[in-house]
Amino acid sequence: MNRLIKFVVLDMIKNRTILGYTLLLAIFSWSVFGLEDNATKGVLTLLNIMLLIVPLVSIIFSTIYIYNSSEFIDLMVSQPVKRSKIWTSLFIGLSISQILAFVVGVGIPLLLFAPINIALSMISVGCIVSIIFIAIAFLACAITHDKSKGIGVSIMLWLYFALLFDGLVLFLLFQFADYPIEHIMIGITMLSPIDMARILILLQLNVSALLGHTGAIFTDFFGTIIGTFISTFVLCLWAIIPFYLSLRMFNKKDL
Amino acid sequence: MGRVKQVIDKTKMQTMLGLFSIVFAFIANGKTITVGQNKQCKTIHQAIKIAATFDTIEIHEGLYKEGNIVVNKSLYIKGINKPVIDGEKKFEIISVKSNYTTIDGLIVQHSGYATLDDPGGIKVYDSHHVNIINNTLSDNFFGVYIQYGQHCIIKNNNIEAFGVEEQQIGNGIHCWKSDSLQIIGNKITGHRDGIYFEFVKGSIIWRNISYKNIRYGLHFMFSNDDAYIGNIFKNNGAGVSVMFTKNVKMINNYFSDNWGDAAYGLLLKEISDAYIFNNRFLSNTSGIYMEGTSRIKVENNSFNNNGWGMKIQASCMENNIINNNFKNNTFDVSTNGTLVLNVFNKNYWDKYEGYDLNKDNIGDVAYHPLSLFSIIVENNASVMLLYQSFFAMLLDKSEKVIPSLTPTNFIDEQPLMHPILL
Repeated sequence: MNRLIKFVVLDMIKNRTILGYTLLLAIFSWSVFGLEDNATKGVLTLLNIMLLIVPLVSIIFSTIYIYNSSEFIDLMVSQPVKRSKIWTSLFIGLSISQILAFVVGVGIPLLLFAPINIALSMISVGCIVSIIFIAIAFLACAITHDKSKGIGVSIMLWLYFALLFDGLVLFLLFQFADYPIEHIMIGITMLSPIDMARILILLQLNVSALLGHTGAIFTDFFGTIIGTFISTFVLCLWAIIPFYLSLRMFNKKDL
Repeated sequence: MGRVKQVIDKTKMQTMLGLFSIVFAFIANGKTITVGQNKQCKTIHQAIKIAATFDTIEIHEGLYKEGNIVVNKSLYIKGINKPVIDGEKKFEIISVKSNYTTIDGLIVQHSGYATLDDPGGIKVYDSHHVNIINNTLSDNFFGVYIQYGQHCIIKNNNIEAFGVEEQQIGNGIHCWKSDSLQIIGNKITGHRDGIYFEFVKGSIIWRNISYKNIRYGLHFMFSNDDAYIGNIFKNNGAGVSVMFTKNVKMINNYFSDNWGDAAYGLLLKEISDAYIFNNRFLSNTSGIYMEGTSRIKVENNSFNNNGWGMKIQASCMENNIINNNFKNNTFDVSTNGTLVLNVFNKNYWDKYEGYDLNKDNIGDVAYHPLSLFSIIVENNASVMLLYQSFFAMLLDKSEKVIPSLTPTNFIDEQPLMHPILL
């Protein structure tokens, strides 16, 4: 399994797309901190980019990569290697390379320019978001055999989490404006890893005062040890569950 | 003719001289009474008792625990080397009940706490021409308390308290039903409100620093025709609040770091005919919050790094917002209705994206300072949850291209291309 992971990671590092992705992230982050004199504003802009681009690249790139390595997978399956091992090593290899790209591209400027606690939480949240969307890509690949369909499903899923979910949240907030739904909203944001990541970071910045009453309720929840534990746990679940489902499907799949 | 003039001149001279001598006699008559360990008097009480009107009492270095000290004669009370007058947390320390009194250079500390009669470090009752200068007031319930005072000067005092809760502490400088006060160069911290005005007319607040107070740095209620100029209000629980007042001038002040859930740089409620000129609003949750204000002129101010530069409720009318700089605010302005009766003109907005073909520094395209997201938030505060999301960004961008939901007359017809130098 270790050799498989090593192989995937090495293959990935040679990949131009990953290099380009790293470069893109680096250019974005350095220019953001170069242009903004205010570190908080820089972090906010970076957060915006991060929560848009990182999921998109993670999900699309992983989907394409898995489909492209179908021959490699077929070959491996014919060897005396467990199916789950092949699938897991692919997942871990992809995750490692994406995290590397993210840490090199965004992590370094963050550590240099932003306050250390915010930088660290941004990096960890970014890494988790990368892993989550790779897991979702695996699920999309396991569901369909057809490459174009798989990529379509990935794009739809990304669109849903990045955009449509917020639209639904807005709709809910207006429909139930007369009811105290703030506590329920905490549960609802957990249904979208992007929203949760965004709110987790926002609450650490001093802009959280702008969030008003709802923000206060969220701070009460996420600020406590139990809240932090639950939110981290939920984010991990977002990575584990899609991957586990895809693994089960892959094990039974007729290749 | 010449002779007559000479005579008149002579009589004039004589009356002048006469007046001078009377004044001189007054001054010369005042004697000095010293208070201290090896001095004429041991206690301040004793000194006040033997003093005549217009005498000077010199209090020398030391700790004086004499309960409540009532000043009922026109005296000049002067501290030498900062004597400490202590209220032992039981008494109102100095009560001034006479006109033409000066209290200079004392340390007044540990006044009592009572919500019924509001004891203060130095409290002035129903008097005029009282000067309170160069004192340090530490850990008092109320610092300086003026009630029915006229022509009083409160100058260069250092007022500090260590309040934790709003109900447990009074105001730094509390003025009630007074007239023609001058509050100059004081430093106030840790009280409920730094400076509190209620029913105070014709007064000036100049060059004070009010910071880290629990509620407001400055609090105006029903106080017409006042001005506050060149003050610094920093890091107060809720900023500065001016309410139910006419004709207030706010010039050259500095409102900063009033950051929190319900904090405002400047909160205006039911104000009319005010003039807000050349102030700086830096890093406040809301720079100015206006509710029910009318005929206010907001001119040459700069709004930097605020959550909201200005929040103007729909209940405001005939306000002119002219020649201000809006930079780096999350939202420059927001409003809660569609009715707009205020005028924005010639402001600089850093978010303005228009052009200026004739190079007259005025943008050729009008600017809509309201963002759609800010309006949605104003209608439903919980939507702030979507702050900084891609969705909110898209909403704003589409609204900028085709304004449909934001009020079309909320507009700056002549936005400036470059910030005003302030």
